[in-house]
Amino acid sequence: MATVASSLDRHYRLVGVRQRALGIFWTVFTWLLALLIFFPVFFMVLTAFKTEGKAYTTPPTFVFHPTFTEFSQVFSAGLRSPLLHSVFVTIVTLILVLALGIPAAYALSIRPIERWRDALFFFLATKLLPYVAAIVPIYIIALHTGLLDSDWALVILYTGFNLPIAVWMIRSFLLEIPREMLEAARIDGAGVWSELTRVILPIALPGIAATALICVIFTWNEFFFAYFLTTTKGPTVPVFMVSFLQSEGEYWASLAAAATLASLPVILAGWIAQRQLVRGLSLGALK
Amino acid sequence: MAAITLEKVTKVYPNGFEAVHQLDLEVADGEFMVLVGPSGSGKTTALRMVAGLEEITEGRVLIGGRVMNDVPEKDRDIAMVFQNYALYPSMTVAGNIGFALKLRRVPKEEIKKKVAEAVGLLGLTEWIDRKPGQLSGGQRQRVAMGRALVREPSAFLMDEPLSNLDAKLRVQMRAEVARIQRHLGVATLYVTHDQVEAMTMGDRVAVLDGGLLQQVDAPQELYDNPQNLFVAGFMGSPAMNLFKATVDDGANTLLVGSQRIGLPATLHDERPGLRGYAGKPVVVGIRPEDLPLFKNEDDSAEPGASTFDGEVRLVEALGSELLVHFTSDAEPIEVKGTRGEGAEGLTEGALTRVGEGVARVETRSRIAAGSPVRFRVDPARLHFFDPATSDAIARTEQARQSERSSVART
Repeated sequence: MATVASSLDRHYRLVGVRQRALGIFWTVFTWLLALLIFFPVFFMVLTAFKTEGKAYTTPPTFVFHPTFTEFSQVFSAGLRSPLLHSVFVTIVTLILVLALGIPAAYALSIRPIERWRDALFFFLATKLLPYVAAIVPIYIIALHTGLLDSDWALVILYTGFNLPIAVWMIRSFLLEIPREMLEAARIDGAGVWSELTRVILPIALPGIAATALICVIFTWNEFFFAYFLTTTKGPTVPVFMVSFLQSEGEYWASLAAAATLASLPVILAGWIAQRQLVRGLSLGALK
Repeated sequence: MAAITLEKVTKVYPNGFEAVHQLDLEVADGEFMVLVGPSGSGKTTALRMVAGLEEITEGRVLIGGRVMNDVPEKDRDIAMVFQNYALYPSMTVAGNIGFALKLRRVPKEEIKKKVAEAVGLLGLTEWIDRKPGQLSGGQRQRVAMGRALVREPSAFLMDEPLSNLDAKLRVQMRAEVARIQRHLGVATLYVTHDQVEAMTMGDRVAVLDGGLLQQVDAPQELYDNPQNLFVAGFMGSPAMNLFKATVDDGANTLLVGSQRIGLPATLHDERPGLRGYAGKPVVVGIRPEDLPLFKNEDDSAEPGASTFDGEVRLVEALGSELLVHFTSDAEPIEVKGTRGEGAEGLTEGALTRVGEGVARVETRSRIAAGSPVRFRVDPARLHFFDPATSDAIARTEQARQSERSSVART
């Protein structure tokens, strides 16, 4: 008996050792992978603080006196206007997406409309089209409605692009809300509006924040339509970046500074929403 | 005037399942009505139709004399307590309780006063600023109660409000909910699957099974005079012993297995229907407490007293009493549920051991597993049922009344 027990014991100890070794391997592997992915971003930020002379060295310099000159260089090259355009388009798009997406998600989950399945599939189906295919008709429509080179063309397009994802995401968060709580609210006397604003929204807020962040990232980064629809008067930041690349292609430090400035708002938004995002993406601790 | 009336209310779900069939029920003003039944009996569906959370397929629901079929839930002037409390997690205790008043644009000062009153009544004053996540199960349950009673509605609807509490708290809250309901005097429809809650809390109890109303009566009446086998088997714990039996040709003796129990003339006066079963099979029911141990001195005092013999299989000592599980040669039946189709709903011989029964006897009785046991049987305490229809072979109204008054006197 004793020998059986001790051999079993040894077996389990061996399994334990193997599992721990496997755990360490995966931890190291994941960290390496993460650093590998992060490195270009890190190098971009680092280069932005260098002088042009230091930006070119081989091997790269990692120790130097940081300078902000390249940042001011970027602003004097005209980043201000694209930045304002991008901010405007992003904020208005976000407001529209939430204002339309939350009621739509409600109508597809909590009080489902008739044939809600079809509606939901239709939303998703729009995401399956290659959107390059739509550029010619969209360009012609924008041309004839006088929306070419206007922020509103982008706002309308981006709202359309973001809505399906927003509706899908918010809907899945709303489905997590216990039905009985909504029934209790209705019996307490809540109509659709107070049910939505006073009961559902406070609970779904983390999920909505996560959705908002994803919409902001998409809108801020979108290049293709912005490039074709806003050539002269109102380019957004990504469009500006390309023209900057063409004119200042030789100057790595100022390019890195522009790229850093362009990514900053998204990184900041992500940082601020981090906790909400994690809570939002892992909703379900409600019940 | 009745506070809540259900008239031939039927619920058929889109998949064709009929959850409630032609339910007639009336809850009087201030009455505590308990809807009890096993799971799937349709009791919660019935409650939800009153609340407006479930559409009514057929029939009418009236609250305070008004037909409510097409009135939205928020305009029905009812308050509901849910099984899982359904509190608003983002609001404090005060916010949860005051929410309905806030929606009705009651002035802030008045909300505060009413919430304070409710919170005081429920002993929640200390926790008024906590959120539901920081409360224990019992406290949450109280908040759910508070949310209902602050509204001063014309009816309370409660859907198994105590079933998520632990046993001790449940007993405590049972008394408290009944106390609060009596204090407020608001008509209440209370759904539970727990027959102890039904017995202790209700002014009247409606027993449901398979979507059909089995019996509505005061708890004691339900216990003493069940109208059919289902009610007999469902109410009471341990359940009533039910055995197959035969009435002899002269209707003087009842044959249970190989044992004979005399049927005196007084019994036939009380149950005139029983004579019609001469020579026919019946189902006889004996409550566990109606099987006291037979002692020799009883025999000398009352010659010819009926007895029932068995063999002790197991003794459960509950402290205040003993539960004696015994076997006999009588053939038992177990009630699984009915749907008004009589014997079809009865699963005969479902118990594995022939003639198994339970008796509730005094703690001091010396009794051991494996030994023979003899119980005393009072024929007047027996229940009789028709095995084909499962209906009770009832006592006359006079007999019931005289029993009630004799109970009242003692």
